Amino acid sequence: MKKIFLPLLCLLLIISQMTGCVEEEKVKEKILIFGMSGDADKLDPADVTDGESISRMDSIFESLVEYTSGGTDIQPALATSWNVSSDGLNITLNLRENVKFHDGTDFNADAVVFSFERQYNTSHPYHEYGEWAYWGYMFSDIESVEKSKEYQVIIHLKNPNAAMMTSLAMFTVAIVSPTNAEKWGEDVFKHPVGTGPFEFVEWVKDDHITLKKNDNYWRDPPKLDKLIFRVIEDPSSRLLAVQAGEIHGMEYPDPASFDIIKADNDLQLLSQAGMNVGYLAMNTGYGYYDDNENGVRDDDEPWVKTPGYFEPLTNVSVRKAINYAINKTSIVENLYKGTAIVAKNGMPPFMLGYNDDVEDFEYDPEKAIELLEEAGYPNGFNTTLWVMPVSRPYMFDPPKIAEAIQSYLADVGINVELYQIDWSTYLEETENGEHPMCLLGWTGDNGDPDNFMNVLYGPNSASIGTAGNVAFYNRSEVQDKFTQALKIYDTDERSRLYEEAQVLIHQDAPFVYLAHATQNIVFRSNVKGYTLNPTERKFFYEVDFE
Amino acid sequence: MILYITKRLLQLIPVILGVTIIAFSLIQIAPGDPARTMLGQHATQKEINEIRDRYGLDEPIIVQYGIWLSGVIRGDLGRSIITNDLVVNEISSRFPNTIELTIAAMIFAILIGGVAGIISASKQYSITDYTVMGVALFGISMPVFWLGIILMMVFGVILGWLPIGGRIDLFIPYQRITGFMVLDSIITFNLPALVSSIKHLILPAVALGTIPMAMIARVTRSSMLEVLRQDFIRTERAKGLSERAVIYKHAVRNAMVPVVTVIGLNFGLLLAGAILTETVFSWPGLGRLVVEAVYERDYPLVVGCILIFAIIFVIVNLITDILYTYIDPRIKYE
Repeated sequence: MKKIFLPLLCLLLIISQMTGCVEEEKVKEKILIFGMSGDADKLDPADVTDGESISRMDSIFESLVEYTSGGTDIQPALATSWNVSSDGLNITLNLRENVKFHDGTDFNADAVVFSFERQYNTSHPYHEYGEWAYWGYMFSDIESVEKSKEYQVIIHLKNPNAAMMTSLAMFTVAIVSPTNAEKWGEDVFKHPVGTGPFEFVEWVKDDHITLKKNDNYWRDPPKLDKLIFRVIEDPSSRLLAVQAGEIHGMEYPDPASFDIIKADNDLQLLSQAGMNVGYLAMNTGYGYYDDNENGVRDDDEPWVKTPGYFEPLTNVSVRKAINYAINKTSIVENLYKGTAIVAKNGMPPFMLGYNDDVEDFEYDPEKAIELLEEAGYPNGFNTTLWVMPVSRPYMFDPPKIAEAIQSYLADVGINVELYQIDWSTYLEETENGEHPMCLLGWTGDNGDPDNFMNVLYGPNSASIGTAGNVAFYNRSEVQDKFTQALKIYDTDERSRLYEEAQVLIHQDAPFVYLAHATQNIVFRSNVKGYTLNPTERKFFYEVDFE
Repeated sequence: MILYITKRLLQLIPVILGVTIIAFSLIQIAPGDPARTMLGQHATQKEINEIRDRYGLDEPIIVQYGIWLSGVIRGDLGRSIITNDLVVNEISSRFPNTIELTIAAMIFAILIGGVAGIISASKQYSITDYTVMGVALFGISMPVFWLGIILMMVFGVILGWLPIGGRIDLFIPYQRITGFMVLDSIITFNLPALVSSIKHLILPAVALGTIPMAMIARVTRSSMLEVLRQDFIRTERAKGLSERAVIYKHAVRNAMVPVVTVIGLNFGLLLAGAILTETVFSWPGLGRLVVEAVYERDYPLVVGCILIFAIIFVIVNLITDILYTYIDPRIKYE
């Protein structure tokens, strides 16, 4: 055995040096490899809700409108201009001409109608091939989409919806090639064909997805020749790969590694305020059963006690006390490691209608104890805090944050037991109102305030079993404001309504708003041109190597 | 022998039925459901109901199992609820990756562990012996995850000799034929791909193979020690054979049976249990697939994977048992 071992080793070393020749070739083609924390589920933009799938498709597909660089305002994309009828019920969009899908077929009104109709029309031949998970939730106000000319469509709404234009920038309504969908049928999720700057090449499951430059893109072609998304689940391994230069960028760095990244001259850390909020929700007691599944609490759907009803938390003084008892600044500095800003409202500061005049609860344990005494709990009480076991964009390490909260509350006499269960069950149980208190949060979908406020804090959303409003906050005036703000298109008026709502929410204190986490991406220093977007979608069109 | 093999293979049927019924029931009993995984925080009751309806998730477990089983008989393992891809595709795209890694890890474990155990036994109570056994103890105790990251840091970042995870350098074009990258590179005479895929195999194979290596070292040593005490060894020495011949030509073969048992067991375990190594090294294998499927309550995928694992276990056990007859001719089966 010894006789062959040494020569074999020498041979292997010699061969490995020979492959150095191949590596010189790759410099001529500009290939960027980006590290992702998980694989995509499906590559059909209308059929997914998860960030991993969406991230790959941001470069393949486009929608009628798109976000401005780094923001959530919208600008023309596949639509060149539009107008909204005076009753707010019809949006007419003129479409861009001379745009081709990656399979060579034309982009036109038929393609737009197809992309929308397969989601809402139950008799559409392709309706059965997807779950269309976002449609019911964000686009149910759309009655129909009609082709009025070869390059013009009209979207008919059931109700006026001021958030709809912004929602049209979402991936859910990205325009797909009907020819391609017809070719692949049920398997279309593996063969994405859009109009975007990059074309799909291959998908090796759990390993990588390769895209290549679209030479026929309707704008100038992108600077990169190839874009490869590589799956590296573990954040430490992911960072090691960037440090070694094997990949050129990555998402979701562990905040604990920020010092290392900042100290490394070969790396750059891009950060931006995230469109999210992390909070502690206190179950204020009452929800309703949405029997007719219309998303609205009707008169025949009364308020009933939620399974997690807990008397002390129905008292606003108790909820305020809990707000005063928690040192949010310390949590953000030490547990978020500075990758967040302290939150005082339910949506981040750059959103339309943010009320900066609201004064946050200061860290004041003595005041907390005082309020508890007033409320009739001089000795505090015992309760349970639901904690999610997974890292979320708005909360990197929920168990640690829960421990900190536990400790702060213990200081004022509230003894909290922590309850953890897997993410899927966690969502089920909290949406069912089984918790007295829970940690949760939200990443915005489209950049519109309604997407935060109405979904999370509106009483209509306090439906037991599917609650987005996990504090089961049920003040009706707040719902009135949200409903009104969605119907009117005047931004000043909308802003005023949301600001008023935030004041009421602050008074009732159903939540302890903890933080708005920043979005962080790591790149090697020689990568230029990437701009973070608040929606966390990933746009590589402008990216180049130095 | 053929009869024996056939009999053993027929035993596959009750094993598969038993294992899959248990797996099916357990995953259904666990709270949480795939509809919520798909819809996330945006779930509306209507959509949840629609999805549950489409996949028959509200049918009694017996009915669901029956439907699944009738599909299996026709070779259809169903579609993943989360990705909508055929379960057969999901598994077959990862299967060669897992096999290749396991074989590489076992080669490492057998070569290093076996040799270490033999040397240790032949020099019992010497410094060599204590060192080897000390390293073996260390090997068994080290968490695979930690070891993996340390290896990547040292050999990947600091020394830059070996790559950080993945199966092959993505800049090198390669052709996939069988899915076993090393094999495919050889078949297609693709030298850069061959070198790259071997380089990518080294660290994960070492990380994954460390615990089996330690176990094999210890079992080999104790088995060798027993054999070396036997009378026939004394006879061989008396005949004037060199110590090397005594050990390698005579003792080793006699010591092999317990070692083969351990190897067989480890092979089966590694195939299904490489989840930690796969995560650290971004190796797209079955371990990661099945764990994620469980988290997402992707029932068809979970049960499909467990079916494959059960088959692999039975076959590996069978091969191990057959190997015994070649190592020790005294062992015969009817």
